[in-house]
Amino acid sequence: MNDSGAAPAAETPTAAAGTVGRPNRIGEVILKAENITMRFGGVKALSDVSFDVRRGEVRSIIGPNGAGKSSMLNVINGFYQPQEGSIWYLGKSYSPMRPYIAASNGIARTFQNIALFKGMSTLDNIMTGRILKQKATLAEQALYIGRGRSEEIEHREHVERVIDFLEIQAVRKTPVGRLPYGLQKRVELGRALAAEPTLLLLDEPMAGMNLEEKEDMSRFIIDVNEYFGTTIALIEHDMGVVMDLSDRVVVLDYGSKLADGTPDEVRNNQAVIDAYLGVAHD
Amino acid sequence: MEAFAGLFGIDPFDLWFFFEVLIGGLMSGVMYALVALGFVLIFKASSVFNFSQGVMVLFAALNFVGFIELGLPIWASFILTMGVMILLAFVVERVVLRPLVNQPHISLFMATIGIAIFLEGFGELIWGSNIKPLEVGIPDDVVFMGDAMIQQADLFAAAVASVLVLVLALFFHYTRIGRALRAVADDHQAALSVGIPLNTIWVIVWSVAGFVALVAGIMWGSKLGVQFSLAILALKALPVLILGGFTSIPGAIIGGLIIGAGEKLAEVYVGQMLGGAIEEWFAYIVALAFLVFRPQGLFGEKIIERV
Repeated sequence: MNDSGAAPAAETPTAAAGTVGRPNRIGEVILKAENITMRFGGVKALSDVSFDVRRGEVRSIIGPNGAGKSSMLNVINGFYQPQEGSIWYLGKSYSPMRPYIAASNGIARTFQNIALFKGMSTLDNIMTGRILKQKATLAEQALYIGRGRSEEIEHREHVERVIDFLEIQAVRKTPVGRLPYGLQKRVELGRALAAEPTLLLLDEPMAGMNLEEKEDMSRFIIDVNEYFGTTIALIEHDMGVVMDLSDRVVVLDYGSKLADGTPDEVRNNQAVIDAYLGVAHD
Repeated sequence: MEAFAGLFGIDPFDLWFFFEVLIGGLMSGVMYALVALGFVLIFKASSVFNFSQGVMVLFAALNFVGFIELGLPIWASFILTMGVMILLAFVVERVVLRPLVNQPHISLFMATIGIAIFLEGFGELIWGSNIKPLEVGIPDDVVFMGDAMIQQADLFAAAVASVLVLVLALFFHYTRIGRALRAVADDHQAALSVGIPLNTIWVIVWSVAGFVALVAGIMWGSKLGVQFSLAILALKALPVLILGGFTSIPGAIIGGLIIGAGEKLAEVYVGQMLGGAIEEWFAYIVALAFLVFRPQGLFGEKIIERV
């Protein structure tokens, strides 16, 4: 919590590359969370939360600890099944969404606590992101013939591009369990990118990183959004990062939506200042 | 062979006799390896030590021999039994694994003990508890290599095991389901997030383990008859796993060979000094030594603990 107060001043390098100078890239609404209510036993993690995500934008969900941010992300990709409400995605309504449906329709994600396949190499981890895109039969794959061969080469090429993009060539054969934290986060992003997602969900992509790692990660997020046109929904504690990166911001507090708008609107919203930013700013 | 050694004493310099014992041991090792394979499969894909694998071997053999006794041809019995094992995989996934998802490994392990007890009782209920001979046309002559006598059935078992291992290795390393299996073994949540359907994977892996159990059951059944002690014999796979590593398919094979050859050689050459019957516990002593010096086994994944 402390670093969120100190960070805005320190996090200037990404400001220039932020929302300024990226007009016309935001398109139609691709995802709507509709009146999501989620209870764990007696605790309401989310109550009647609605918001939307537009194609091509960087959408942030912020809020104090326990505000329901991660729950919201888990509802979107189907890990949690809310008691009420539905997820509308690319023209279809799901109540609830399921992880398999989400993944096969182009929703990829990373986790707050890194969830990688620790025994597998960087390359293999990122390859798993392509699993849903492989169509060859098992026999073709096992014997490395026909489609099995051409597909493997094609996916491998794509994965190598992701590896180049994230600048992790040096560790491609290393089991990820041995990598430092910042690199593991990057590999996790790589696995999500390998799926060529329509919508990328990032759960605290910069949690626990030092300044340099945060700058790298901010750069990657902006690049992903700009060059690949990937829509990004992210949760982040670091206010400097959020304000720089985001096109629009949703603020949650105690499971309810407090505000929704551009970084400037949110920054000047009195309810938000009281509940959250008021603590960080003087 | 033990009886032979006990009765006549042995000439320690008879090389052909040594070969005969060695090869006999390696072949029985293949049989252990067949059972160990089933354990490895399920452990790889779900980090669950499936205590019921031994009973699955028995259960598969019981069904197989049961169908044959009903007058069905061998191929039909094989397919039907495979059907039963796949059905079992579905039931296990639905009734046991799914409700226990995200529970500690020990709970799942206990559940597999439950499956073992259930299967043993269920098998007996349906097919009775008599020892049944199994005759599927595996050759049972002997061949001579020099002066060493080798059972044809053992050679046959070795050939079957080799093919099985080759197929499984290809499956695990080069297919998307193989990659998905390894992913599921590592991290359930992450696997879900890239779109791997956990439940389907479990059904597949239990079915494959069921298939391996069926093959092992037929091999063991032809050798010893289908009887309930098969389930206990199958626990010899434990020291094999400790040697080979719980996550390695080649490890299961090599571990099996070492245990098989080791215990036969020890019985023949050392056993008589200790009064015999060391074959029964030799494997466990080897396993114990491994636990002390190399707990991940010969080929297991080294455990890296970050502090």
